[in-house]
Amino acid sequence: MSQTVKSIGLIHVMLAVLKREVALAMRQKGEVLTPLVFFMVIASLFPLGVGAESSLLLRMAPGVLWVSALLAAMLSLQRMFATDYADGSLEQMVLSPTPLGLLVLAKALAHFVLSGLPLVLMAPVLGLQFGLDARALAILMLTLLLGAPSLSLIGSIGAALTLGVRGAGVLLSLLILPLYIPVLIFGAGAVEADAAGVGFGGHLSLLSALLVLSLFFSPFATAAALRISLE
Amino acid sequence: MFKDVDCTVQAGRWLYVVGPNGIGKTSLLRMLCGLAPTESGEIRWNDLPIHTQRDRYLQDLCYLGHLNALQESMSVMENLAFSSALGGIAPDHQQSQEVLARFGMRGRSQQLVRHLSQGQKRRVALSRLALSPARLWVLDEPYVAMDEGGIQLLSDLIAHHLDQGGLAVLTSHQRVPIGQHPAQMLELKAP
Repeated sequence: MSQTVKSIGLIHVMLAVLKREVALAMRQKGEVLTPLVFFMVIASLFPLGVGAESSLLLRMAPGVLWVSALLAAMLSLQRMFATDYADGSLEQMVLSPTPLGLLVLAKALAHFVLSGLPLVLMAPVLGLQFGLDARALAILMLTLLLGAPSLSLIGSIGAALTLGVRGAGVLLSLLILPLYIPVLIFGAGAVEADAAGVGFGGHLSLLSALLVLSLFFSPFATAAALRISLE
Repeated sequence: MFKDVDCTVQAGRWLYVVGPNGIGKTSLLRMLCGLAPTESGEIRWNDLPIHTQRDRYLQDLCYLGHLNALQESMSVMENLAFSSALGGIAPDHQQSQEVLARFGMRGRSQQLVRHLSQGQKRRVALSRLALSPARLWVLDEPYVAMDEGGIQLLSDLIAHHLDQGGLAVLTSHQRVPIGQHPAQMLELKAP
């Protein structure tokens, strides 16, 4: 070798993971678009199912949009570690001198950027269909923005636990959906609370608390689950 | 699976793990890396059990398993950059090109991995080794799918690594002479 190879810090390793995930997603655009289309279809089915009475739709809208977003975000969870597991990259991540928790954090962050963020941006468009006003749309977006990273982080635990399991998709849903309940309650509740005039600050605080909690604990749990899956 | 395995590898030496199919060569190597748990006993690096110094041990370790750890829809160069980043290093463009050229992959750095042959994929995976600053190389069947030229290249690479005071542990079904370095054999037998 002509000269010694430069070594890099933890942040750069995490950025490399993030960059790779984004580059991969750009090459398989279908994987980014599928959850978005799913989100749109599910949210659009409700007015067809319950009828077009506007007051009813207005009341349901936050909950419907949140549940649809949650299911859409879950669609892509299964693939979070699956290809890395299949091609051996996951072994290399576990053996990286960079702590596995940080690599997992970067992966979850990438999942948020690629499948959470598009849902956040799409939500107001669907919200309009339900007749939500500008204020309600803004609150809805804000709660989704705070909640979606938690969904990715909590989801990563399930994705790691179900690696290499047959029928992982169903198992993943059963494992993860109960854990999503708190995020759903405070997320969907915020719009309603504001409409009722009681303020939504508390809901946002609790959503943030959930995000901090999952930021702190889920990388550890996911890393531990990945080690077990690889044994 | 095997039992009563006891051996020590010194700096500049290489351990040749041999044994029939299914005896647990891959398992042993995975245990050495800390990927799989040992039922009993201990693995030490610099006289300390590896699980008490995982961070330091992983700095010193480079593992090449059965799988090449290459993402099919990314190019050769992107894969090399990513696997190096995981190892905590960032080779510049010239260094990467040099290594790839050494492994006969000149002019293929922008090619997608899915368009490569098995042997070429193995060569890309081995390029990672050449860049790695790790002292201990654990190689599971590194010669699989390689042609004669590739076998020679890899043997030279390992010999060079040993000359620098590195260590290597490898399994292989074919006899491989590695420079002037005598093999330290470890034969796994059924109990």
